[in-house]
Amino acid sequence: MTMIRVENLKKSFGNLEVIKDMSTVVEEKEVICVIGPSGSGKSTFLRCLNRLEEITGGHVYIEGVDITNPKVDINQIRQDVGMVFQQFNLFPHKSVLENVILAPMKVKKSDRKASEQKAYELLDKVGLREKAKAYPGELSGGQKQRVAIARALAMDPKIMLFDEPTSALDPEMVGDVLDVMKQLAREGMTMVVVTHEMGFAAEMGDRVLFIDGGYIVEENVPKELFGNPQHERTKAFLSKVL
Amino acid sequence: MQRAGVRCIFLCKGDRCMDTIVNAFPYLMEGLQVTLYIFAIAIVFGFLIGLVVALFRLAPLKILNWIAKIFVDAIRGTPFIVQLFFIYFGLNSLDFISLDSTTAGIVTVAINAGAYFSEIIRAGIQSIDKGQTEAARSLGLNSTQNMRYVILPQAFRRMLPTITNQAIISLKDTSLLSVIGVADLTQEGRIQASATFDAFNVYLILGIIYFVVIYLLSMLASFVERKFVLR
Repeated sequence: MTMIRVENLKKSFGNLEVIKDMSTVVEEKEVICVIGPSGSGKSTFLRCLNRLEEITGGHVYIEGVDITNPKVDINQIRQDVGMVFQQFNLFPHKSVLENVILAPMKVKKSDRKASEQKAYELLDKVGLREKAKAYPGELSGGQKQRVAIARALAMDPKIMLFDEPTSALDPEMVGDVLDVMKQLAREGMTMVVVTHEMGFAAEMGDRVLFIDGGYIVEENVPKELFGNPQHERTKAFLSKVL
Repeated sequence: MQRAGVRCIFLCKGDRCMDTIVNAFPYLMEGLQVTLYIFAIAIVFGFLIGLVVALFRLAPLKILNWIAKIFVDAIRGTPFIVQLFFIYFGLNSLDFISLDSTTAGIVTVAINAGAYFSEIIRAGIQSIDKGQTEAARSLGLNSTQNMRYVILPQAFRRMLPTITNQAIISLKDTSLLSVIGVADLTQEGRIQASATFDAFNVYLILGIIYFVVIYLLSMLASFVERKFVLR
């Protein structure tokens, strides 16, 4: 089943054309890694997938629904599309547990008991059950990011978007977060991951998109894209980062 | 006269000084009740006005932005006493409006505080990182839920010191209501000053009462602040 279909996506900020023309398809249970130099539009591409950015042109279909249609209830769509941010964006005035149960309680209207039980299961999964009562300010970066993943999973999303989830972390924290993401991928979550972790992309990606200058320059299985890049720009980029 | 008063503060040998305190104090306490009553109602409404105006100011609709901006500019750009006269004398001169002085006073203080509160609240909301809204919206919260559960609770913690400051200013502004005859603390003070012929001591006591009330208010505020400090 096709989870995400992007057709001729365009996105401009004023006169600045960040995404010129991008099209791709993400199937169910696929893990797509998006790589590319900074400023290439890869984060913007990701943020168009749940309409955090208003889309300038083209179409984005989530499970067949065109989210560029203004009549679509985007809040409904977003419940199925979890997102994890580079800067975590935990709610600092709420405890870890409250962060995780907020959306299920307020958006899905599930009762507190069921939400908390689910939250504890998810915190177990990311290895932070004992931090349930702690506040975000008391956690390390890696712990914050794992809570952010648990928070997104609490809505039972069908798709997870990751926007450079490990870029703001100390190197020794990166592994913990990547482990959680790998487990998620193995469980069959459909994932789109913007990342600088080429190791993760090579190991977990079903496909890798190389984005540069507002276009998807190259798209292939990791073995091919990393081992045998076809485009000059891909080669140039990989020679710098690998 | 003046000299007797001065001696009185330092020595307080009974006679006139004690008389003044004993005679005037009950009236001043009645005035204080009126002042606190007006303040309490006006500050609650002022805050609600401020919240609504701030949300207007930040709303996506241009027309709402303009209404909010004109309101704030009009209030900020005119003296409190002119606003008071306009509402009490000006509006009352219209046939279909009849406000007693206390109501006019409450309305003026509420509207005045509301304009200043709205700027405080707007700045507070805007000071919250955009990532908070993005996280909330990406979880499926709509913009109202985002405001209510994510943005405002954080913004209010940050705004508390400035809100306290404005509340204190508004409390002191209520003393101007004596000009239109509201029987507030200052008005009682004026009456007692002439009744006792001891302006020095009456106004000194008046000042001390305001000081104590405001001191208690700021202590309450810092208690609340400590309790809800951002972790």
